[in-house]
Amino acid sequence: MNFNIHYRLLILTAICCLPFNLFSQGNLATKNTKEPTALVGGTLHIGNGKVITNAVIGFNNGKISVMGTTDSINLDSGTYQIFDVTGQHIYPGFILLNSLIGIQEISAVPQSNDTNEEGNINPNLNTAYAFNSESDYLPVLRFNGIFTVETAPVGGLVSGTSSVMKLDGGDWEESLYKFGAAIHINWPNSMRSSFDEATLTTQLKPNSSYNTNIEELKNLFNQAKAYGKEVNKVPNLKLQSMQGLFNGTLSLFIHAESPKEIIESIQFSKEMGIDHIALVSAESALLVKDFLKEHKIPVILPPTHSMPDQDDMDFDMRYKLPYLLAKEGIVVAISHTGMLSNSINLPFYAGVAAAYGLDREDALKTISLNAAKILKVDSTLGSLEVGKDATLFVSEGDALDIRTNKLTHAFIQGKRMELEGKQQSQYKQYSKSLGHNE
Amino acid sequence: MKINKVFTHKRSIWLASIFIFLIMYTGSSQVTFPDNDISDHRSNKFAITNATIIYTPGMMLQNATLLIRDGHIEKVASTKSVPLGYTEIDAKGKYIYPSFIDIFNTYGMPEVKRPPRANSEQMQTNTKGSYNSNESIKSEYNASEHFLIDKKQAQLFRQQGFGLISTFRPDGIARGTASLVALGETNENNEMLQTDAATHFSMNKGSSTQDYPASPMGSIALLRQTYYDAQWYGQFKDKPFNDQSLDAILETKNLPQIFETNGWLQALSAQKIANEFNIDYIIKGGGDEYQRIDEIKALNATFIIPLNFPEAYNVSSPFDTERISLADLKHWELAPANPARLEEKGIEFVITSHGLKNSDNFLSNLRKAVKYGLSPKHALNSLTLLPAKLLGQEDKIGTLESGKLANFLITSGDIFADNTVIYENWVQGKKYIVDQEVDSSILGTYTLSVDGEDYSLVVENVKKGYNAIILSKNSIEIKTDFKLSGDMVTIQFNKDSESFYRLEGWVNNDTEKMVIQGKGQRNDGKWIEWGATKIKDPLQNVANQQKEMPLLKRELGDVIFPFVAFGSSEKPKQQDVLIKNATVWTNEKEGILTETDVLLKGGKISQIGKNINAPNIKIIDGKGKHLTAGIIDEHSHIALTSINETAIVSAMVRMTDVLNSELINIYSSLAGGVVAAQILHGSSDAIGGQSALIKLRWGENPEGLQIENAKPTIKFALGENPKRASRGASIRFPRSLMGMEQVYTDAFTQAVAYKKNWQEFNALKKKDNTVKPRVDLVNQVLLEVMEGKRFISCHAYQQGEMLMLMDVAERFNFKINTFTHVLEGYRIADKMLEHGVGGSTFSDKWNFKWETRNAIPYNATIMHNEGVVTAINSDSAETIRHLNQEAAKSIKYGNMSEEDALKLVTLNPAKLLHLDDTMGSIKVGKSADVVLWSDNPLSIYAKAEKTIIDGTVYFDIEKDIQLRKDIQTERTRIINAMKKEIKSGANVLPRISTPQPELTCEYIEAQN
Repeated sequence: MNFNIHYRLLILTAICCLPFNLFSQGNLATKNTKEPTALVGGTLHIGNGKVITNAVIGFNNGKISVMGTTDSINLDSGTYQIFDVTGQHIYPGFILLNSLIGIQEISAVPQSNDTNEEGNINPNLNTAYAFNSESDYLPVLRFNGIFTVETAPVGGLVSGTSSVMKLDGGDWEESLYKFGAAIHINWPNSMRSSFDEATLTTQLKPNSSYNTNIEELKNLFNQAKAYGKEVNKVPNLKLQSMQGLFNGTLSLFIHAESPKEIIESIQFSKEMGIDHIALVSAESALLVKDFLKEHKIPVILPPTHSMPDQDDMDFDMRYKLPYLLAKEGIVVAISHTGMLSNSINLPFYAGVAAAYGLDREDALKTISLNAAKILKVDSTLGSLEVGKDATLFVSEGDALDIRTNKLTHAFIQGKRMELEGKQQSQYKQYSKSLGHNE
Repeated sequence: MKINKVFTHKRSIWLASIFIFLIMYTGSSQVTFPDNDISDHRSNKFAITNATIIYTPGMMLQNATLLIRDGHIEKVASTKSVPLGYTEIDAKGKYIYPSFIDIFNTYGMPEVKRPPRANSEQMQTNTKGSYNSNESIKSEYNASEHFLIDKKQAQLFRQQGFGLISTFRPDGIARGTASLVALGETNENNEMLQTDAATHFSMNKGSSTQDYPASPMGSIALLRQTYYDAQWYGQFKDKPFNDQSLDAILETKNLPQIFETNGWLQALSAQKIANEFNIDYIIKGGGDEYQRIDEIKALNATFIIPLNFPEAYNVSSPFDTERISLADLKHWELAPANPARLEEKGIEFVITSHGLKNSDNFLSNLRKAVKYGLSPKHALNSLTLLPAKLLGQEDKIGTLESGKLANFLITSGDIFADNTVIYENWVQGKKYIVDQEVDSSILGTYTLSVDGEDYSLVVENVKKGYNAIILSKNSIEIKTDFKLSGDMVTIQFNKDSESFYRLEGWVNNDTEKMVIQGKGQRNDGKWIEWGATKIKDPLQNVANQQKEMPLLKRELGDVIFPFVAFGSSEKPKQQDVLIKNATVWTNEKEGILTETDVLLKGGKISQIGKNINAPNIKIIDGKGKHLTAGIIDEHSHIALTSINETAIVSAMVRMTDVLNSELINIYSSLAGGVVAAQILHGSSDAIGGQSALIKLRWGENPEGLQIENAKPTIKFALGENPKRASRGASIRFPRSLMGMEQVYTDAFTQAVAYKKNWQEFNALKKKDNTVKPRVDLVNQVLLEVMEGKRFISCHAYQQGEMLMLMDVAERFNFKINTFTHVLEGYRIADKMLEHGVGGSTFSDKWNFKWETRNAIPYNATIMHNEGVVTAINSDSAETIRHLNQEAAKSIKYGNMSEEDALKLVTLNPAKLLHLDDTMGSIKVGKSADVVLWSDNPLSIYAKAEKTIIDGTVYFDIEKDIQLRKDIQTERTRIINAMKKEIKSGANVLPRISTPQPELTCEYIEAQN
């Protein structure tokens, strides 16, 4: 507790003396603290569906070193800085999949964006190189408990390779968690919309270039595979960048809309010998849930706060979609689409999923352990277990409910994170100048 | 049809005298043309005898005679009478009808070319000459100056039974005049019957590349202003300037006025214009009028109805079929019943071939409409007599009566029966053959002798010709090619693999015996003799023409309100209810009351308290649940077909003109506890259009959605959008905040001058010699704003622009009502309070545009703490569904109390919209607009279980489950019916209508 007060004083001093410097270099202020720490007395949500009440969790060198109930564990107070978090909740840091964080800043200002590239086939692009560790989004994501993102490129047939980034670090190298996680492909649409003059409506008609596009993809994957076996090859960066798909080090994230496209894309990937596949899709997954289950394909869903794909669908289709798929035994994660600043609401998307069918701890899984599994970082991330990274936070209450998602402590790989950022300082500054009592 | 009747009367006298002239001087109307021959006048006198003549809808003569002379009907006689000098045409067994008239058709008009749009805006008209300032006002256009006979098209329309067409050019909002033309092929002088038959309007600007108007509400505003301009312009003896388009509007105002709409929603808006200017529009409908038949009836207008019945969908793929909307499925089923339902309601309408992808389908669709219950008499009337009347030409066309034009059809039977064939279509006394009549005498079984061998030959009638089979002696069928042309017959067949015959012969018309004989050639070149003698007539097809019964109404699905999934055939009704033992968030000084009862009676909150007793009333158990005032969204664009107009000052447009009650977003918002919303114009313009305030009365029409006696409001917009900051190529003034300030200052300066102008005019004792000032729709609205009768919601992000607008308002002595978005409001909250403006903001949207980079989620808290009336809005069809959660963010960001947080989306928006005297809190006497929640409404786990408006339950989470089941049942039923139709060979396209894209603030539709 001593340390806690000390730390706050330090920050307070920093705010008073150097407000400008602090916020323009917000991420640098966190470099100092990585001491053995323990949180005692809270309700611990492991992230795998289980909860420990009156929990103790301690970590050292960035890894969780001890975990259990207050009854079962005796901490060495000499080793650990201890925080009493009785009445509060401990969660694994949330993971945001399939995101533009770090490569998009203000969407409408092109100068601030690094999201896509010319060309249709870009497996060789890796977002890690473009990740902006000083993005304004990082502190606001941390403020809500999101500590890890998968930064993924967009556009074209093969958009590129994503990397997993932690929301801590002074530059992209420091922020890098896993270099190269998944190649993202946009499976072509089998239908194309066109305007019908007779009825003055937009209508869907079969896409005549569907087969051509599929052929292009097949060709690419076949050649990549052949390239890997070739002995005296002419170097090709694109084909080279895909080799991980065939040796299990890279995953394939397929963005596919309709049931037909889902089935065809997954059959195709299996034929190509790709083991690790995830599907980025929405309601169509329900129509082929047995197929997905049979092939053990995890699904990355759009936010529960998004409109159903069709006007006729149940108003709560997206709210209950995580539940409807999870109850079939499909591994489900929730991601974000649309306005980037709204990705801070990821925890509440999971909250809505809990309101519409999912057990609350299962809802938590959709933004923690399941996401880690899909990224294949679950050996170190996504749930609170001894040996895993101490990437976790404490919230005053239920972190999936807006009212009670109020973080009091945050750690990324054991390093204590400053939670307040520019928005909080502005709040304080203007409240003060208007004479409001905070 | 007041105007038309006056008009008709005058014309009839005139027509009668012309007709007498024609009869006396007989000759062609082309006496002025020189002959390159000796004169060759023929009076073309025909007597068509033994016919069944339907001379006027519902009136039939059998074995009657039609006498024709000089292109006119001389007489319809009930007996056979062939005066000397007349050529008799025996029409035994045949029917004669007046040919059809289409008064909404573009036959013979030049194609409308749509020029490409330039990269930057086009602010002025590109029309050359002294015409209207708007390119889409093309009232000066006269079809008569451009009409050319199109023989191919004429033939197509004649095949479908048409003889006369009122043709116009479908281009622009005011489209100019139509001409009445006949479908003959002589020459334009002959075929044009009336140069100015009608004048046309629409909401579609057509080939105009001028930016304004870009939306239907802009089209309406432009047309209204044009009418006012014409009134003003018409007062001058010496015109201040010349505008031939306005001249044309004035000159053609006594013609029939035809207004094209795409369906019932637009028809309702069009009729508002008609009422404002006391015009009787003949409204061309969209074919969906059955969906709101009561509203259509109430318009008391005459309609032109298309037979644009949708084709069956391809339902072979279950996955794809899932994407076909219930509305599309139901429309497929019910559209053919549209004419029948209009007839049943007593709505006057004519039928047009317009809107058919393929005009070949007209007759078959007409028959389909009859099968679906349209009476043949009404069908015929709507294609003959009524269109003639609407054009004021019933003395000349429309029936087969003495003196009228000889425009008629000769058919094989009842024209509404499936197998009936039109043989001839006579246009102005000239015969045009449509379908060759089958010569039934040739049909039958013959003995065929060829090259010394006997065969049996069977000649049958098939669609469009004949089919023949040859049977050899041992009854082996031989494939045969048989043709009859005039009296000549050709037959080809393979006798066996070795020998092949080609035969040609003539029919020997013996009354006793049918004999064909002639010469032929074998494959080795040898000439041979052949002959055939009929031995047997064909069997009469007994099952022939079994009359199909009209489909019973109950075989078709119900019309639902609105006409989309989750609509109901029965609209919900107001019901008194007592909600027991709920936690009641009053939003009043009483605060949050636990275990409390609320009585809703007569659509109002009637009592709040513990243990309320109300006998014989429906009780809702509220135990463990929370009751709040309904959510109100200060900033929404749901329930619209259009959002942005493009004039920098667009105050003349009204969002009420484009309200769409048939969009699912209304329902999904109800499911989130929303009861009301301000439906705003987009943010494209410094001064946007007039807003609509609606309650989400799911099932009601656009009029029924609007809140009665709501104070008028208007949208303004600051920042990047009106400056078109993201469009580098834009040339629209203004491009800077400095320019924005001047736009506002100028607009209000003009409005002040306008007011003065009118005041001076109104003060005149004698007004006779003074020109009445021009009515200006923009200035009228801006005056309302300045006088505090209309309230501004201004889209704004940055503090500087908000201070600027408050400065402008203060200079003109009025107040800005609300800054909406107001993202930097927290920086000027004290100044906002001083001005008296409210703030309606996003909870946490941020950094999506340069001007939003300073947004913080504490904005609502700071403004609220300062005392500014603060609301949280959605500006999104998605976010509106969980405004309760958006409100909860003020608890997370800034520790607002739960009670105050809920007010951000209930009482405070009610205040900003001046609805708080009846809405926004649970208080006795206020409207019963309440929501019952499963949990604390600010919890992420809360669900709206019942959303009640005016005491009527518009959303019920249990009824929703039932509706889902009903939708599945209905879909299955219709898809099965569709499957049947596809089996029987219907033309099938895999097409699926997509949902309307979400209209966001910045959405500008690309009309064209």
